[in-house]
Formats: sequence, C-alpha cells, structure tokens
Amino acid sequence: MLTTNMDIYIPVVALSAIGVLMVAGALIVGHFLRPKNPNKLKNQPYECGEDPVGSAWANFNIRFYVVALIFIIFDVEGALMFPVAAVFKKFNEVGAGGVVLLSILVFIAVLVQGIVYCWKKGDLDWVKSFKVPDSESAHEVKE
Amino acid sequence: MNDNIVSYVLSLFDTAPTPLLVFLIFGVAIFILVNVMALIGGLGTYAERKISADIQMRQGPNRVGPYGILQFLADGVKMITKEDIIPSESNKFLFTIAPILCLSGVLATLAVIPISSGFILTDLNVGVFYLLGVSSLVGVGIFLGGYASNSKWSMLGGMRGASQIISYEVPVTISILTIVLLAGSLSFKELISGQGGYPWTWYVFHNPFTFVSFFIYFVSALAETNRAPFDLPEAESELVSGYHTEYSGMRFGFFALAEYIEVFVVCGVAVALFLGGYKVPFGLGGDTIFGQFFQIGSFFTKTFLLYYVVIWVRWTLPRLRVDQLMSICWKYLTPIALFNLVGTATWIWLFENKSMVELLMSALSGSGSTGH
Repeated sequence: MLTTNMDIYIPVVALSAIGVLMVAGALIVGHFLRPKNPNKLKNQPYECGEDPVGSAWANFNIRFYVVALIFIIFDVEGALMFPVAAVFKKFNEVGAGGVVLLSILVFIAVLVQGIVYCWKKGDLDWVKSFKVPDSESAHEVKE
Repeated sequence: MNDNIVSYVLSLFDTAPTPLLVFLIFGVAIFILVNVMALIGGLGTYAERKISADIQMRQGPNRVGPYGILQFLADGVKMITKEDIIPSESNKFLFTIAPILCLSGVLATLAVIPISSGFILTDLNVGVFYLLGVSSLVGVGIFLGGYASNSKWSMLGGMRGASQIISYEVPVTISILTIVLLAGSLSFKELISGQGGYPWTWYVFHNPFTFVSFFIYFVSALAETNRAPFDLPEAESELVSGYHTEYSGMRFGFFALAEYIEVFVVCGVAVALFLGGYKVPFGLGGDTIFGQFFQIGSFFTKTFLLYYVVIWVRWTLPRLRVDQLMSICWKYLTPIALFNLVGTATWIWLFENKSMVELLMSALSGSGSTGH
C-alpha cells in the first residue's frame, strides 16, 4: 500500500504552492532585471491623465449585493444537490428512483418558486428603477 | 488507493510503492504538467493573436521565430524587464496576493484533470466538486485585484467580475449536476468510464437534456473565464483594462497566464464531462503504453478544438451590456439548466439510464424482429 491515504492530496498542495512560487520567483528574478524609478505622478491611480479625485473605495451600486444574495441561495442548492445526484443512479438501479426523483422535484420546486418571486419583484432586472412603465401599469399608479 | 499517475507508473514497473517513489513520480508528473500548461498558456496568447489576425485578414505576429511562434517568449522577456509599479494609494498586501490567488486557483484545478486513464494526478472521489470550489479562487483574485488597486476603473472591473463570475457559477454547477446524475459519481474517471470512444456514446448525445446542458455549460464557462463576449470585467473600450488596469509587468502577465490556462481547463472539463474525455475509438492501443499516447492525443485534440471555438467566438460576437449579461444568466440559463436537471433525472427514471441511440437501436431491432 501507499504511505497514507493523504498522499492523494499531494498534487493539490504542490500545485497551489507552485502557483505562489511562480509569482514570487518571477518577481524576485525580475527585481534584478527591471528599472525602479518611482515618482509621485507615476504611482497615482490611472485615470486617463486626469488627477484622480477621491478614493475609489466608495459606496457601490446595491445591485451587486442583490446578485450576491441570490447567488448564495443557488450555490447552496448546488452543494446540496451533489450528494443526491451522485447516489440517484444507484437508487434507480434498486427500483427506488421514483422516490428520489420526487424529492429532487420538491427541492427544485421550492427553488423555482424563489426565482419566480425574485423575477416578479424585478430583482433580476439590472436597472430596476428606470423601467419605463407600460400604459396599463402607469394607469394603476395614477389611481 | 485510487487510480492515478503513481499507481499507473508503479503497475508498469510492477514495483511496490515507497514514499520516495511516490514523491518522485508526483514531482516529475507535476513538473511536466506545469511546464506543458505554461507552454499552452503562452501559445494560447500566440494562437489568439494569430487566429484573430486570420479572421480579420491581417498577418499577426510574424517576426520572432518562424511564423512568429516565439512571440510569447519575447512578451515574457519584455514583461519581466518592465518596471513594477504599485500605486501609492493601493492596499499593498491585497495587491500582491491577487495574481497569486488567480494562478494558484487555476493550477490547483489541474490536479483532477484527466489527461489519460494513467495520467491523472489524483482522482479525488469529489473531483468535480473540488474543481468547482477551487476555480472560485479565481473570482476572489479578480475581485481583490480590482479592489486593492484603489482605482476607479479597477474597482468597476472587479465588481463586475465578481458579480459575473458568481452568477455564472450557478448554471455551470447545475449543468455539471446533470452529468453527475448520469454517471452516479463525482470522480472524473468514473464520469468518463460511462462514455465511450464513439460520438454517439458521449454524454452530450445521451439525451436531449444533456445536449442542451453542454451548450449551457460552454456559454457559462466562457463567462466564468471572462472571455468575450462576456469580457466585461476587462472591457477595454469601457474600463481601460478593468481589474488589472494598475498591474504592470509580470504581475499582469500572471493574470493573463491564469486566464489562458483556465480556458484550457474549462475546455478540458467540457471534454471530460460531455465529449467522452480521453476515450479512443476502435480501442486503439488497448491497455499498452501506446494506448496512453492515443488517449492523450484524443483528449488534447478535442480540448484544442474547443479552445479554437473559444477564440473564434471572441472575434465573432460583440460584447454584452451588464444588464444583458445578468438577464441571460438568471432569466435564461439558470431556469433552462434547472429544467435540464429535472428532465435528465426523469429520463434516467423512465428509460433506466439508456441513451437516445440505445433506445433507438432497441426500438429498431424490436420492430425488425417482429417484421420477420
């Protein structure tokens, strides 16, 4: 037998480490080759020749956070579906496929409900507030 | 012990494993793989420029080496001798680790890419899940690169990149789940072992749902790797060059290298999951060492064909707007992918995991026998 069961993770660790070492190595080698003449203007953030005004770390469009929230729900869904998907074939072979299929359907139905709700609320539209109302809904708003 | 490069090489020489041998084989295999990938990354930039030149009826790089094929080496030399500029108002620590995260995340995915039945560094039993998890590091790297630069262009690019990459991870995950349903396993060798060498035994033609799944996976993978028409994070006509505006020299080079290797990785995963992986038609080579070469050839041929399609798409389609990007992901790809998942599960339940061709053949032979 091989030394331990953990050694199947050697490539994972080694490749991640190579990623770090490649960047570090190239920057250290480059340190002896490249010029180094920093000055105040050169180290400014690039804004096409204008003097930068203020910091870029400002408040940001709320849409990005809504997307992240919807994503988390679906990512957890994916993580929860993997074990079910991996055993579905085996259950199907012993004739229990219908039960598992039903549970998959129920699970996805709940999620689809969620995405339909987001869609109806307009959270999937990127420009929510600037939507031009069609005549019917504009009429409703007036009333 | 699972089947990987170590057990394969040891079985070739009929030797018992010792810690030294294990480390030696892993070391050599990782060395070869990383070098090949760096070469593929470098030649990827060359291929991109040459193919784009071809599409636009230009010459492309043609000065350095025959047909300009050494252009990527010249680019590397230029990048390494460029001055290394870190903006004075940036967060220096995050600025430094952003390219490292990108490159580490991409390289770590190579551990489970099945190049042939013998040459797979490690066949983790959670292979696909591991791949999805580790490749998310690239998104973190892109966002950090944009955030740490403290430049408005970078910040916009980084925010776009983060939202795009996490959004398109959902269709990718769900399309991969359809294949996991068919194979009943998460390990790459198990996923490939359900397929054969001929196109009609590939999972892409297993049933109509997986056929659609393949295209959803491919489109979403393009978006995950920030390739055109989804290259909004680095949209050069809008954001200068997006999240890596402030990066110069080798730091920028590693972002580019990571992107080109990632394109190769997602093409390789598409081949492994949908297009039969390393399986060879006619059983060429058999179980001998030559069979391994045929398998490697089969895998790389399909992967490079997809790689060509990726570049071809880049120079064919115009870039999307942010709102179009988001509505494609959430209003089209995700619902269709969910439908595919349910459809594939139902197909397996109804037809006992038989593919379209198998069903057709049994129907034909059934009607043929009654006819006689």
